Amino acid sequence: MSAPLLQMRNLRVTFPGPRGPVQVVKGVSFDLGRERLGIVGESGSGKSMTGRSILRLLKPPAKVETDLLRFDGMDLDQLSEKQMRAVRGARISMVMQDPKFSLNPVMTIGTQIAEALRVHEKLPRREIEARVITMLEQVRIDDPRRVVKLYPHEVSGGMGQRVMIAMMLIPQPDILIADEPTSALDVSVQAQVLDLIEAMIAKNGMGLILISHDLELVARYCDRVLVMHRGRVVEELAAGRLHEARHPYTKGLLAAVPQMDERRAILPVLDRAAEYET
Amino acid sequence: MSALSPVPDRSLAARFSDRTGTVLRFVLVTAMTFLGLLAITFFIGRIVPIDPVVAIVGDRASQEVYDATFRQLGLDKPLITQFYLYVRDVLTGNFGMSLSTGRPVVEDLARFFPATFEMATFGIIIGVVLGVPMGVIAAANAGTWIDQVIRVLGLLGYSVPAFWMGLVGLAVFYAGLGWVAGPGRIDIFYDGITPVVTGMLTVDALLDGDVDIFLNALSHLILPSAILGFFSLAYIARMTRSFMLDQLSQEYVITARVKGVSERAVIWKHAFYPIRVQLITVIGLSYAVLLEGSVMIEIVFSWPGIGNYLTTALLSADMNAVLGATILIGTVFIVINRTSDMLYRVLDPRSR
Ligand SMILES: Nc1ncnc2c1ncn2[C@@H]1O[C@H](COP(=O)(O)OP(=O)(O)OP(=O)(O)O)[C@@H](O)[C@H]1O
Ligand SMILES: [Mg+2]
Repeated sequence: MSAPLLQMRNLRVTFPGPRGPVQVVKGVSFDLGRERLGIVGESGSGKSMTGRSILRLLKPPAKVETDLLRFDGMDLDQLSEKQMRAVRGARISMVMQDPKFSLNPVMTIGTQIAEALRVHEKLPRREIEARVITMLEQVRIDDPRRVVKLYPHEVSGGMGQRVMIAMMLIPQPDILIADEPTSALDVSVQAQVLDLIEAMIAKNGMGLILISHDLELVARYCDRVLVMHRGRVVEELAAGRLHEARHPYTKGLLAAVPQMDERRAILPVLDRAAEYET
Repeated sequence: MSALSPVPDRSLAARFSDRTGTVLRFVLVTAMTFLGLLAITFFIGRIVPIDPVVAIVGDRASQEVYDATFRQLGLDKPLITQFYLYVRDVLTGNFGMSLSTGRPVVEDLARFFPATFEMATFGIIIGVVLGVPMGVIAAANAGTWIDQVIRVLGLLGYSVPAFWMGLVGLAVFYAGLGWVAGPGRIDIFYDGITPVVTGMLTVDALLDGDVDIFLNALSHLILPSAILGFFSLAYIARMTRSFMLDQLSQEYVITARVKGVSERAVIWKHAFYPIRVQLITVIGLSYAVLLEGSVMIEIVFSWPGIGNYLTTALLSADMNAVLGATILIGTVFIVINRTSDMLYRVLDPRSR
């Protein structure tokens, strides 16, 4: 079997704290092929830090160390900042939580999407414009010629997130990291956006890292799930085999999911007293 | 009909939200502000313990002369009529005579203000051209020694007195190094040659096509403007830095990096672009402060500007001149304030 698209070994992220350095990611390792990997865990478990470390987006005072961070034969942790920029967007891209904050408020949507293409490819203006329009059509936006002239505050959250997806996929990357791509959205459009991501990933044969705190949701859209807790991966499961979970933390997460066919007065709460160790 | 009915409110709001409404409101607010300014100067003119009649006729004039002048000035009329006459006078450019110069105040203002305007404009250009990039660079390198150096420079701009800076500047760059000309606007043998068009010597010399006079005026102008610029630079750089820090912590900056945008473009295009609107307000304010005329700088550099004029007028209780200069400065503030407000609306897509 050939080497996976992305290999990460022993990722550690450290922040200086008032009482000495605090390690918020404590040795995360995984491989990713052209498949869909979910990362779940409660707030603060280090999911976003893990995602951002792949793109080397963390700045000092954050300290990021890896034994290996290899993507398509390149050691990302060895690349210069300039080489890394050629990877960002073009090869590995990322959709963030809230389009209200993750889109530039004073640039039109068209300009922002075009920029994602322009930084990587020298193309004639017309062609860029045409590709932006096509891309917007692909993410199922009606009337793209009107939408490119709008500013982010003029579109809804769901539409904003589709714009974000268009922007991140237009240079045709190999991996998309989606960090809680729907948690800021209206419930009614969440499924639409996730279905869209799923369809685009399948169509382009990409790898996906879907980050969420919702175990069920991740299981529905991914092939494999990593469960993170306090900066560590405590369990790795095939999406269809969640019930085989061994780790008490994962079991706790599963137990907290309400079932349609049962009646419970009170949902169980995660047992905070337990110190889970791997 | 219920008093709570939202219908009339909404139609009113709708009427005001369209373009004409905006323009109308803009004009109205500007006019009201200006009227407020006149009310204040009028009020000040009433309460100061200076008898405007005595100021004109002197305290040894006969009672008849005094009464005649009293009536001539309209002081026997009701206050509201007096205010109306005052507004009319101001709008027609009649600010009365200056006691100390013996000329109409309007003429004085037209003579002194361009000198201040020239210096302030040069100053603000220096302040913006240096201050904005300094603030941006400080923010982009927050916490490093670069940030510290810029902070110290800014602190100097806050804490060093203007006259001291002026004197040291003259001692070093004029007396010591001879890089710039000394006090005054122009060397004596060039004085009065250039036909007055704008009142700004550098501009008038260029209009006249006289490069020598232009260069000479420029070398007089550069030091006091640079000092003024340094003071506004301190403020502009500090505000720019804090606006930029705010922007650089926003999510969309990370989005730009994710796309592979270079750090330079992230800073100047993504983070800097949105703060232009905030900067306009800051720059407008600094400019207005400079246009008020820095008395200290004008005195140290023997600069015949509005600050100098106003101070002289105050010391000689020349009320017409004081009020005239006050109205002029107030108007400048209003104009700048309204202009930056308008630019804000034009440049920020969210407020359109
Ligand atoms: N600048 C920082 N300084 C110190 N600690 C930080 C900083 N940024 C993040 N952390 C800590 O790192 C830990 C991991 O954060 P991360 O954002 O990866 O969590 P997450 O799993 O994505 O949580 P969420 O579901 O809330 O997004 C958190 O405990 C957080 O407090
Ligand atoms: Mg997160």
